Formats: sequence, C-alpha cells, structure tokens
Amino acid sequence: MKLFSKRAVASALFAGLGISGTATADCGSSDPIVIPTHNWSSQIVMSHVVGQLFEKIGCNVEYTSTDSQAVYEAVRIGDATIELEVWEGSFATSFNTALDKGGILDAGTHDAVTREEWWYPTYVEEHCPGLPDWEALAACAEMFARPDSGGKGVYVDGPVEWLHDPARIEALGMNFIQINVGGAAALWAELEAAAKQNKPIVMFNWSPNFTDALYGGSFIEFPAFDEKCKTDASWGINPDATNDCGSPAGGYLKKAAWYMMPVTWPAAYKALTRINFTTNHVGTMAMFVDVEEMEHDEAATRWIEENEDVWSPWLYASQ
Amino acid sequence: MKGYAWLGALVLALLLAKSAGLLPAFLDELPLHLEKSSIDTLGDAGKEAYTELVPFGLILDHTFEFMREELGVSLVTRFVSKRLKELIDIFDNILRGGRKGLGLSAPPWTALLVIAFILGYSLKGWRLALLSGGTVMYFAIFGLWKFAMETLALLAAAVPISIIIGLLVGIVAYRKKWLELALLPILSVAQTLPHFAYLIPVVVFFGIGHQTGVIATIIFAVPPMVRLTLLGLQRVAPEIVEAGKMSGCTNLQLLFRVQLPSARNELLLGVNQVIMQCLAMVVIAAFIGASGLGYRLLHKLQSLKLGQSLEIGVAIVLLAVVLDGLSRAWAEKKRDYAADLPFHRRFRYPILLVVMVAAAYLLAPYFPILEKVPRDLTVTYAKTWDGLVDWIVLNWSDGLTNFRYFLIVNVLAPLRDALLYMPYPSVLLLVAGLGLLLGGYYSALLTLAFLVFIGLAGWWDRAMITAYMVVFATFICIVIGIPVGIFSALSERRAKTALFWCDTFQTFPSFIYILPVIMLFQVNDLSAIMAVIVYAIIPAVRYTVEGIRSIAPELEEAATMAGCNTRQRLVHLQLPVAIPHIMLGVNQTIMFAFSMVIIAAFVGTIDLGQQIFKALSETNIGKGVVLGLCVSFMALAVDHLVTRWARERRRLLGLD
Repeated sequence: MKLFSKRAVASALFAGLGISGTATADCGSSDPIVIPTHNWSSQIVMSHVVGQLFEKIGCNVEYTSTDSQAVYEAVRIGDATIELEVWEGSFATSFNTALDKGGILDAGTHDAVTREEWWYPTYVEEHCPGLPDWEALAACAEMFARPDSGGKGVYVDGPVEWLHDPARIEALGMNFIQINVGGAAALWAELEAAAKQNKPIVMFNWSPNFTDALYGGSFIEFPAFDEKCKTDASWGINPDATNDCGSPAGGYLKKAAWYMMPVTWPAAYKALTRINFTTNHVGTMAMFVDVEEMEHDEAATRWIEENEDVWSPWLYASQ
Repeated sequence: MKGYAWLGALVLALLLAKSAGLLPAFLDELPLHLEKSSIDTLGDAGKEAYTELVPFGLILDHTFEFMREELGVSLVTRFVSKRLKELIDIFDNILRGGRKGLGLSAPPWTALLVIAFILGYSLKGWRLALLSGGTVMYFAIFGLWKFAMETLALLAAAVPISIIIGLLVGIVAYRKKWLELALLPILSVAQTLPHFAYLIPVVVFFGIGHQTGVIATIIFAVPPMVRLTLLGLQRVAPEIVEAGKMSGCTNLQLLFRVQLPSARNELLLGVNQVIMQCLAMVVIAAFIGASGLGYRLLHKLQSLKLGQSLEIGVAIVLLAVVLDGLSRAWAEKKRDYAADLPFHRRFRYPILLVVMVAAAYLLAPYFPILEKVPRDLTVTYAKTWDGLVDWIVLNWSDGLTNFRYFLIVNVLAPLRDALLYMPYPSVLLLVAGLGLLLGGYYSALLTLAFLVFIGLAGWWDRAMITAYMVVFATFICIVIGIPVGIFSALSERRAKTALFWCDTFQTFPSFIYILPVIMLFQVNDLSAIMAVIVYAIIPAVRYTVEGIRSIAPELEEAATMAGCNTRQRLVHLQLPVAIPHIMLGVNQTIMFAFSMVIIAAFVGTIDLGQQIFKALSETNIGKGVVLGLCVSFMALAVDHLVTRWARERRRLLGLD
C-alpha cells in the first residue's frame, strides 16, 4: 500500500507541475476524459474527486457543466465520458432510454442509497404532529393551502422535466395539488422563506442533500413502493387506481460511461467500475461545499487527502 | 368604421353564444389543448397530451435530423466546435495559465490590473482608468478571479467572431437585395426568439461544453451587428459614394475606404451592442456548459447563496460597464493628434504599458501577493446581503400576504380565466380588428397569420397564459415606468441618474432577483410577473426620459415664450411630442416582457416558458423551436402594430 501512495504522490506532483501526458502508459490515451458536472454540490465535488483520481493514474481530465437530463445523450455520443451520479428516482428514465439506444455503459452501483420523495423540514412536525405519516399529512391539508390553490394543500414539486407523477395525489385521495417550480433553486427559495417564517411546507427533496445538514427533516411515509403499484390498479389502498404508493425508498446511485471508454482509457474505466461512494461520503462532500463553503476542487482534494484508504484500492488494486 | 363594427359584433356574438352554451365546440376551442379545469390541478403539465393540427415539431425534427445525418452538417458543426475550443483554450491559457492552449503559465494578476488601468487612462482619462482598474481589483478581492478570466476568454473569442460575421453578412446583404429581403424577417425572428429556444439546436449540432456556450453567445450577438451594418451602409449619403467612384475606387476600395468609414457610427454602435449581447448571454450560456461567472452564478443560486450571487452579478455588470466604456472611448478617439510627435511621446502609453507589465512579471516572484491574491485576503459581504434578504422576508412577508392574496384571487386569476374563456375565433377577430385599425389589411393579415400559427401548432392555451402575464406586466410597467420617466426627465441631473440606473439594471443578471421574489411571493404567476416587471420597466423609463429630453429646443423656447408653466408645458408640449418615442418604449417594454417571461419560467409557470425549459432538458429540438416561434410571433405581432402606430403618429406630428 505504501509503495502505491508514493506513486500517487509522484504523479500528482507531475500533474501539479503541468507536465501532462502525451499518451501515458497508464491511462491509455492523452485525449481528455470529459467529466460532466451538474448543479448540485455533491455531484460536482464527486466529479472533481474522480477527476483528480484519474489524474493520479496519468489521465487528462476536463470538466464541463451540463444539464442533468441531457447528459445521458451526451455520454451516449461521447461528448461526455462518464456520469457519476445516476439517481434512480430522477434519472432512471433518461438513463434507460440511453441504454436502449446504445452507446452508454452501466458502470456499476455505489453503496450510497438515495431517496427522492415528498419531504418537510423538521419544524413542520410542530404544526402537524402526525407526520411523517401520509394520512396525517392529508389531514393537515388546509395548513398547506395558498391563495391560488382553492383551499387545497400545496405540494411544491421540482421542475416538470423531472417527470414526477401527479397521479399519486389523486390515487390516494389527498386534498392536495402539485405545483412545479422552474428550477431547483426555486425549491430552496421556497424552503428558506418558509423556514424563516416557521410556516408549514411540504416539497420535493432528496437525500443525501445539503438540506439534511441545514434544516433536518424527513420524508413523508407513503404506502411502500411496489412494482405492481405502477401497473396493477387492484394493488394497494385504492383498488381502482395505479400510483397509490410512494417512490422507491432505497433507490440506486449508479455510474455510467461512454461505450468507448474501456477501449480508450482502460485503466480509468477499470477504476471507475471499482469506484464506490457511500451515503456518508456523498454527505461529507456536499457538506464541505454547502456548509463549510469550500470550493469544489478544494473540497475534492481534501476528501482525497482524508480518505486515502478508501480510494487507493480503486486505483491500484491488483487486476 | 363599418368594418370594425362588424368585427365587434361578431366577437360579442361569439361570447354571448358561448355563455348561453350555444357555441359549437369547433368554434370554441382548438382540438386537444390544455383543459381549463385542469389548469389549477395540473401538476405535471408535461403529461398533458398535446397534438398539433400541423405537426410543425415533427417536420422540424425530421429536417434537422436530415441536415445532421444526410447532409453531414454535423461534421461541419463538430469541426467548427473543435476549432473554436482550441481558440478559446488559447485565450483561456493566456489569461489564467493551465495546461490547455499554449501551455503558458498564468500572468500575475497585477499585470492585468496595470493593463486595465493604463488602457482606461489612455482612452479617456482618470475616471475610466479607475473604473476599469477597480473592476479588475473587484475580481481579485472578491475571489472571482478564475471565473472572471474564463468569462473574459469567452468574450475574447465571441466578440470578434460576432463582429466579423455580422459585418460580412451585413455587407453582402447591402450588395444583394434578395439577401436583404430574405434576411430581414429572419433577423426579426432571431431577435425575438427566446434564448432558451436557441440553445436546443445549438446543443444538438455542437454538443455540450464551454465552446457550445460560446457558439450560442455568438448566434445571439450577430443579428444586431448585421442590422446596424446594413443600416449604416444604407445611410451613407449617395454623394459620398459618388465621390468615391469618381476618384476611381475599385469595389473593394469603395467599401473599405469610403462606405465603411462613413458608416462608422452605426458600426461602432453595432460593436457596442455585440459586447452587451454577449454579456447578457453569460448566464444563459451557462445552462449549456459555458463556464465562468455565469456558471458560478447559477451554481451559487442553486444552493441559495444569494449574497454571493449578488457579488457575481455586480462583477458581470462592472465588466459590461467597463467594456462598454472602453469600446465607446476607443470609438470616440477620432484623429491621431500624436502622429507628428517623436517616438517616445507618440507611443508613451504602449511604452508605459510594456514597462509596467514587465515590472509586474519581474516583481511577482519576490512578492507573492502581486502574483496571485491569496484566498485569505479576499473579502465577501455575502452574509450582509443574505441578512438583508432574510430581514425583508421576515418583516415584509406578512404584510405582503394580503396584497398577494388580493392580486392573485381578484386580478390575475380572473384575467387568466377570461383569456382562456374567450373562444379562439374571438381572439383572432379582435387582433385582426386592431391590425385593420392601425395598419390596414396588410397588418391585419400579418398579425392574424402569426396567431394562426400558434393555434395550428397546438399551443394556444399556453400562449394565452404567456400573453396574460405579458399584458399584466406591461400594464404595471407603463403605470409606474412612464410617470417615473416623466419625473426624471424634468431635470437634467435626474435624467442622467435615471439613465445610469437603466443601463446598470439592464446588464444585471435577472436570475438573481428571481429568488428573493420567490421568497416574498412564493412560486406562482405573481412571482413570475414581478420578475418580468423589474426587467421590463427599464425601457418604459428610458424612452420616456429620452423622448422628453430630446425635444427640439426651439419648441421648448416657443412654449416658454407663450407663457407656459411647467405643468402646461408638460401637458401641451412635451408629452404630445414625446408620445411616439414613448410608444416605442412601450413596445420595447413588451419585447422585454416577452423575453423575460420565458426566463421567469425558472420560477415555475405553466406557460410556453415551462415547456421550453422542458424541451431543453429533453433536447427536443422540434418542440423547442416551435415553442420559441410561438413566443417570437406573438412579440412580432405586437411589435408590428405598435411601430405602425408610432410611425403614423410621428408623421401626423410632422416629426419625420
């Protein structure tokens, strides 16, 4: 192990000196590996962590910011090389579409478990004590009403392009309506304003996320997800409707790669398949940026310094 | 008047028939649109089945697909994209080092400071020197250096390319009448097409990444340059061209020695417009991968760091003000008075520049602070700004609740429902009537054609929602903006202040104030409308001030001699004479409102803008472009009617 870290230091030094490769024996190609970054912190830090790890084995790396849905098409045609956070709840559709079209590889799953669901910050429990049970929420509906909601409770959902199904509200007979914000930033603005004034709010959120550390909070417990719930109307509480259940609670977090990656950058691809972040890792990365206000690349460097035992097997484990 | 009476009667008949339940469905609603009852409850508007009477989207999809796959356009675009990336890498490398491009190491930040300062001083004097030097300082001490340099590299590529393309196209269009005729409508559409509708084809053809953002910026910045080149060349007096010909100019000589120099003013205005358009795109291009200040800003907004976003926004405004100031100053330097002076006097600024930059390089190794601003020396006032926003939210929200409730329940919802209630033929008839009234049959047919496209494309109801937000926002802008403009125009000093704030706010990235607006008003149409008002009120104020200040002094003099007091002068002279210009301001307000209402979809609306964002995310090229055209056509219809009216009015007032 010791030997390997020396080697890592050496190649990091080379990278720092700006001696970049023409084709290096380790990486396979001097073409840059294009790592797409999106608009949430953990993903950007993770991208930089992986990018810096790739640099340790002599690869050239480039970061580019992209839309988080459009990225699967970009990976498929090779504009971007990898995607490190494929969230089951939000991106499974786009990812599967790209898999079907061909050109993208499933590069394995992180240990980190994701959840995307109706969510509220902790203080809302004071207003509506039965939470997180969904029936308790349904009973508190008018507490969440707004001038334009006609007396119904308002559930603040993400942008329409995140493709959440509003059918659940109807299937469960809740006195709620769903409104869609235009971008994630609008979600946080809603949350911040509500929290400042101690007003009840129920909104879409995911975990791990920076809100965990700043607001606390829980997901609404809907009837547990089941495949049949989506297809079989007779399943679940409402015998006449599908969608009478919550989202999957333990969603996957996958990695994806361009199909040419194993050929062009074999070492990097091998490392990518071994790369495996836990929920804790993801939370720490987000915290470095969102709470401690570090820059993304600095946060990545710090994570690498503090977690050598985690990543060195990814890079240097025997074949 | 008979024609209008008929149209009015028809509209009334349609409405009466509908309220009596006698209106046949095909005259009421276009097939398969967003159902009214579902607008309130329509959570996932994306699920809504929408079909087009004419499948414009599919046609476009196939056309683009054909161009990409069969004609090999994508080979060309990919090639362009790659070359452009290399170019940007070189600029990027010169400005901030790194391994890309030429492989140079980063220059000391003080070198750039010195350059900015001397450039400002040599072009205009101390004030510009302080402004441009101060801006560089600002980047350094607010910790925005890296991002500002990325943005500068982007501009260094985008601005010259836009100018060159604009010039070339403008010149050719001036020479070839058919091209001009073909180009004018394209330019009109291009200038009213929402930014986000552009981005989709750009992504499809050029891929993702920094260079794609630059390409989007260029496409956005070229149309005003083309227009102004064309205008400038057309305005060159025939006598001048004649004189050139008599001196035996070849065609090229005529162009470069006679026509272009004579069109100087318009060309320089074009250059200025290009710079402003590029800066306006900084944030929007970040949506498709442009890095720099815009990307930084979007990311900070995404984690609700409003204070930091504000600091980035100020950096963008400063950059715009400085580049504007420098380019104007450079343009105004007309003659080389120093031509006869000895070498060291003639080139004193370049010499000074070289010496100072060399000094910066030589001293930097010994004084690290000259090389790079250490992180612990950077400052931020973000917490203060965050605190201010918090305070406002905490203290104003309750007071605003009633206001919000009143507006939404009693004004906005009824207005929206009324527009959606109207059977589509009645809207068409009303618009056609307006066209007939203001510009005759041609105008009526043109505006009608614009609206019919929207109906055929299947986006009628979404378009009505967009229209209602624009109408209401414009109304408020007029009610507030014109009086503010009149008040400002009454004294020279106030007028200058007002114009300064107009300039500043116009380059301030609108995304920043969208979030505080949401915090105050929550996610609903009202927030979107508020965001639109903040932006669209600028031309209402500006044109009012300009209109009144630019009244011929003889007229003012005559009014004074006739014994007018301030009020009489305003009511009987200034306003009537300025009204055509003010109406152009109203027109601009409407154009700004159309462009901003799409950006305000960032709040969360259920109009065309929401669908454009969605199309961008899906990379759905046909749908995105069709939606963009719907917005563009509505804007063009209004634009046509208002400019018709203003022109007629100016003619009647004898101002032309």
